[in-house]
Amino acid sequence: MEERRYRSASGAPLALRCRQHSASCRELAVRCPRLQLRSLSAVTSAVWLAAYGLFVLCQNSMVLSAAIFLTLIGLIIYLHFVKIDQESLLVIGSLGIQVTSSYASGKESTTFIEMSQVKDVVINEAIHMQKVIYYLCILLQDPQDPQGVSEVVPLFQSSQPRLDCLIEVYKSCHEILDQRKAASQSDGVK
Amino acid sequence: MVLKVFFPSCCSSAESGILIGRWIPEQSSAVILAVVHFPFIPVQVKQYLREVQQVTKVSVSVLGSWNNSKQEKEESLSEFLEDLGTIFSHEPWIQISKEGDSKFWNCSTLQKQPDNHREEEIILVYYDQRKVMLSHLHPPSDTADLGAEDASKLSAIFNTVASSKVLFMTDRYDDGPIKMTHWQSDGIEASIIVELMKQASVPACMLLTFLLSLVSGVCNSRVLKFWPLSFLWSKLSTCEQLGHRLQHLQVISSSKKAQNQTQLMRKANIFVSLLIDVALGILLMSWLYRKNQIGHLADTLIPVADHVAEELQDLLQWLMGAPAGLKMNRALDQVLGRFFLYHIHLWISYIHLMSPFIEMILWYVGLSACLGLTVALCILSDIIALLTFHIYCFYVYGARLYCLKIYGLSSLWRLFRGKKWNVLRQRVDSCSYDLDQLFIGTLLFTILLFLLPTTALYYLVFTLLCLLVVIVQGLIHLLVDLIDSLPLYSIILRFCRSYRLAAGVKFRVLEQQDGKPLRLLMQINPLSYGSVVQTYRLPTYSCYPKDSWTSLCKKLFLGELIYPWKHKGEKQD
Repeated sequence: MEERRYRSASGAPLALRCRQHSASCRELAVRCPRLQLRSLSAVTSAVWLAAYGLFVLCQNSMVLSAAIFLTLIGLIIYLHFVKIDQESLLVIGSLGIQVTSSYASGKESTTFIEMSQVKDVVINEAIHMQKVIYYLCILLQDPQDPQGVSEVVPLFQSSQPRLDCLIEVYKSCHEILDQRKAASQSDGVK
Repeated sequence: MVLKVFFPSCCSSAESGILIGRWIPEQSSAVILAVVHFPFIPVQVKQYLREVQQVTKVSVSVLGSWNNSKQEKEESLSEFLEDLGTIFSHEPWIQISKEGDSKFWNCSTLQKQPDNHREEEIILVYYDQRKVMLSHLHPPSDTADLGAEDASKLSAIFNTVASSKVLFMTDRYDDGPIKMTHWQSDGIEASIIVELMKQASVPACMLLTFLLSLVSGVCNSRVLKFWPLSFLWSKLSTCEQLGHRLQHLQVISSSKKAQNQTQLMRKANIFVSLLIDVALGILLMSWLYRKNQIGHLADTLIPVADHVAEELQDLLQWLMGAPAGLKMNRALDQVLGRFFLYHIHLWISYIHLMSPFIEMILWYVGLSACLGLTVALCILSDIIALLTFHIYCFYVYGARLYCLKIYGLSSLWRLFRGKKWNVLRQRVDSCSYDLDQLFIGTLLFTILLFLLPTTALYYLVFTLLCLLVVIVQGLIHLLVDLIDSLPLYSIILRFCRSYRLAAGVKFRVLEQQDGKPLRLLMQINPLSYGSVVQTYRLPTYSCYPKDSWTSLCKKLFLGELIYPWKHKGEKQD
């Protein structure tokens, strides 16, 4: 198990952890930066100052309690639905690929893609506004057309690691995926 | 290929024995369903498996041996288990052994033809038998061919466990020739209410079907199909809603059992939706009839109608003067204003005529709330439509007048430029007019043009009022649609028993030890609430806007009449 430091597309520090459970099972996890205390206090103070300004204008104390309530609800919603702590990829040769996002409140959302549906794992380029960003994605096989791609599943969307981190993940994944191709070829030869 | 063994977690502490289950050769995976203990007679085991195979259509066979030694390794037992491989010939023969309380098991295979020299890797996947048996994968795949190569692996495993239900029916306390360990149900005694309800449901369904056939016979009789009555029924939304609910009742009370999961969920959703609807309706009724609320409502209805009529009169007086500083044509203004004022006067007289009967009518109409909250809301929407009928009439008058004016203006404008509309060719052609035709045409054009602001203003005001009423009615219908189509049973099932609705599976890697096979735990990944609602939504006679925004604006500009809400049953234009 090793942990290496990288940067995201916007410059935030990330940590990539690679664990090998067995010869055909590997787990790659990208940890995003935690919620900063200063940004949290900045937003809270801004909201409370605005509420106090409104209170001075209209002399209604409901505004203050509403502001506190809103801040709490907003924080809970942010932690549970928006802030992603860690995104991980579990590759099990001959079973499939599992993509997990864990949120700051502990919630985990998982998707499992079977190996028969996976065509390939590639790094794509995208032009977004004035930037060119790289992202890793899984290409899903089209059941009707053996050469076609039915869907593209992008990975690590909220942490957005840079190309060097993506190349590491890509190489790791392909070591296991190529085993499957070698196995199917040898079966075909027999 | 890597060998995958799916082992039920309930068999982890079972005594030594042999493993029975299904072998899927295309995916090189073995799904273990149960462990058969010693002593057993091989012939009886084979016969039992044949019987199970006949009933479940799943190819169940003996897959291997299971050795759970509480003390040190017993050499003789392991040799005995290897010899069993020759009796129940299965390729490959899987041997799983567990020592004491160790978490890490040994798993190896015996191949008859050792032609592949490489070490085959084995993955051990634990699964919860009860949850996998009861859950349904979404989207449901075609299960016509259980062993198809392109069927997804997971659905094959889920189908295997679900179809082998008869295997799980044998109780561990039964005294039979074969003793097995697998998931055990709690028995019939655990759910006595459910059993009683199942027994009572058959005569209840038959009674309901009989009553429904009577009601639908009455509804479809010729007496109610004469022209004025059938027009009335189609316009009242209450009748649509009642017909819709009647359809739902027919679906529930049909004696045919649900064929598959989707039909079962649909029936359950309709049942829960009807129950909640009636419960809310009875709640509303109890609130209405307590403390004489109906009397209060009836008392406030007439003053409200009077108030609306007074406001309309004030509005018309304002229009007849100089509204918003605009200068109207005096004569036309007075004519239109007096025409509409007389209508309002008629309407007020009508309402006052009805006033002694309002309370009684409301009392009886309120009784129909026991049929459901949706029916009560539809009645409310119909009452609003009836009470604002005069606004609708004004809108129709204003629209017709405006429409005529616009058409006249466009035709005379063409004459002014020397052109004509060719009806045959559906296009504008040039035409030479006589002098007197041109003279009269231009005169009429000028008159219509200068009368346009007055008519346009009346049209605008009454269209806005009519649209307001339509929006209120639309909101009520939206609420009715929501109650009709929300799949409450599916949502509650997703909340309480989330493993029943599965979007897929998720794997968790358990503690590993070098040299031992990879251990994974397979759990059910439940469907998200959004997909639950989308998959199990009940179909409604949905009212959605007929026109897009641009065509609506075009119709408003030209003065054509608008009927914004379309019902599914209506004929297309």
